Amino acid sequence: MRVLETGNHLVALAANASAVEVVPAYPITPQTQIIEMIAELIAEGKMDAEYIPVESEHSACAALVSSSLTGARSFSATSSHGLAYMHEMLHYAAGIRVPVVLVNVNRALGPGWNIWCDHQDSISQRDTGWLQVYVASHQEAVDTVIQAFRITEDSSVLMPMMINMDAFVLSHTYMDAEVPDREEVAKYLPPYRPRWRLDVRKPVTHGSVVYPVDFSETRESMQIGQANAREVVTRAAEEFREMFGRWHGDLVEPYMMDGARYVIVALGSLAAESKVAVDSLRARGKEVGLLRVRFFRPFPNEELRALCAGREGLLVIDRDYSYGNEGALFTETKGALFGHVDVPARNLIVGLGGRDVTFEQIEGFVEKAWAGELEDVTWGDSHISPAHEVTREILCEFSELLDKDS
Amino acid sequence: MVRFKDLPEEELFLAGSTACQGCPSSLALRIAFKALGKNTLLIVVASCTSVLQGSYPFSAINLPLMNVAFATGGASASGVSAGIKALAKRGELEEEPTVLVWAGDGGTYDIGIQSLSGAAERETDFIYVCYNNEMYSNTGTQRSGATPLGAWTTTTPGGKSQHRKDISQIMIAHRIPYVATVSLAYPLDFYQKMEKAKSIKGTKYIEIMAPCPPGWKFPSSQMIEVSRLAVQSGMWLLYEHEDGETRFTAATKRILEGKVKRKPVKDYLEIQGRFRQILSSPEGQQAEDLLEEEVSESIRRLQGWVPEYI
Repeated sequence: MRVLETGNHLVALAANASAVEVVPAYPITPQTQIIEMIAELIAEGKMDAEYIPVESEHSACAALVSSSLTGARSFSATSSHGLAYMHEMLHYAAGIRVPVVLVNVNRALGPGWNIWCDHQDSISQRDTGWLQVYVASHQEAVDTVIQAFRITEDSSVLMPMMINMDAFVLSHTYMDAEVPDREEVAKYLPPYRPRWRLDVRKPVTHGSVVYPVDFSETRESMQIGQANAREVVTRAAEEFREMFGRWHGDLVEPYMMDGARYVIVALGSLAAESKVAVDSLRARGKEVGLLRVRFFRPFPNEELRALCAGREGLLVIDRDYSYGNEGALFTETKGALFGHVDVPARNLIVGLGGRDVTFEQIEGFVEKAWAGELEDVTWGDSHISPAHEVTREILCEFSELLDKDS
Repeated sequence: MVRFKDLPEEELFLAGSTACQGCPSSLALRIAFKALGKNTLLIVVASCTSVLQGSYPFSAINLPLMNVAFATGGASASGVSAGIKALAKRGELEEEPTVLVWAGDGGTYDIGIQSLSGAAERETDFIYVCYNNEMYSNTGTQRSGATPLGAWTTTTPGGKSQHRKDISQIMIAHRIPYVATVSLAYPLDFYQKMEKAKSIKGTKYIEIMAPCPPGWKFPSSQMIEVSRLAVQSGMWLLYEHEDGETRFTAATKRILEGKVKRKPVKDYLEIQGRFRQILSSPEGQQAEDLLEEEVSESIRRLQGWVPEYI
């Protein structure tokens, strides 16, 4: 069915098409439309699921884990502080191996309060064990929700999956997309029937104390699940393409990489914007390509090595920052290449807290980086002045002013 | 009236538990499982009970069991309950199982109160049991919101200077269908309350007074004795709250009907090491008086006492 909807509403429709059975959720801007629509679909009898109006995101993720452990397909959505508040339970979901799907609408973390797009929220959850995918279009969001259940419920994976979708740019803009109906999806996505669950006929203790003698094995098995996901992602996407004719299956999506001498590496909607920059640069005879990293976990190490070998340089764009170091995608990309592929790389930090990033800006930075005019890390759109810096001197000055006034 | 010989013989709490000698939680689990039976899904909130069930790959609990994070007892029950509904819709359940949450006072009074309150307000169909040993016993006896005034813990080295909160009253304020307090010294009263909780739909809250021998510093052979004195002194009141009314039960009922005289709080304090320090200090008498007043005030409130100004 072709629909014109917001990214958020499309995600809700995709969850319904995936025959989700339990949805525990807590509202947060800019995710609210997802859960509002799910609540509405259930109230209208168009969706056969249990909605749990939890009192916090920590509880949302706890209920997500426990409902999944009963054997019911479970889905939730959150953003920013909500995801941060779930942090403990994100580890729990991965550790207890429940195949749940969570849509995170990427938003900055406060303070200062900011409801707009950046990737600090999900990047900060890098090591929780969740599969992390970043989508760049409305249609990709829909198709990825449906594929996500196939990927995470695969018995060789059983690691929870987080679908990241940029706030407002994708969540609140209207776009037409194809949403398959439940019957069609049922042919692609079989009902969830786990081997291990809470079952009175087969009493099993889940999540018990594990002594050091067994602990490393539980952790390595999580990594094996992540590693297995690489192949399952491709398989799920291939079968999806056979049924629905659309392809969303790359761990990293190459664009105009043939003959590309310089390469942009980016996530989400910034990568979509970078496509326009690549087109424009190519039109001016500059051989630039783009690598859109879709899966941040598992990270496409081998793919990046193969795709980056022999290039003249990389500009890695981060909409996040690991304070005290550099952008997280930059660190990860360099980590993938180190010791295998020797390519100079530069890091561009732009678009934090929803600041608009244009293709012209990206073009400009690519040219500068290629010309060797950029530092290792460049805060591309930040214009910090002494007035922005919180220094001891400023605080002292400020308190003196207060003293004078009083 | 239930008699001991009426209790099911089958044990769902098996041998091989790693509990301390005289552990109140393990005895309570045994009684609760007998009342609820095999068609029960158990959620254990991080506590001594996460540890005493044994470690991977062994388990002393013969029920489907999920260990959950400290703050998530209520939310986990809501998730399991919703999952059960989904499975029932598929036609995969012959009989809907009872959902039982088992948590300590730390996981109930402190870190888990929001999640518990949320589940109660959502009218989640489950039984929440708090085994209250009035401290964080699992981590080595630190103060909790349930620690009574005057009690020593490792984080109240001079004795706690604040009163405990009355969480059963907080749960009653949620307008849930059933709230009850129980004691291991009155196991049939406990058993009957669990049976009743099983028969009622909605959120049921049951709190067990759980004297912890190493934490409270008394010999492990005295656990039942200390439990009994808690009730006899009024420091633990046995009652159930249903349909807007509170009904006292067992020994508390006999005391309030004037059939038995309530023992002084001091008798209860003196048999435990955790009050030794405060009792021998200059503030000992004051602490004792404050606890006596706490008992009287709790009884008055439960009896429906209304302040004069209303």
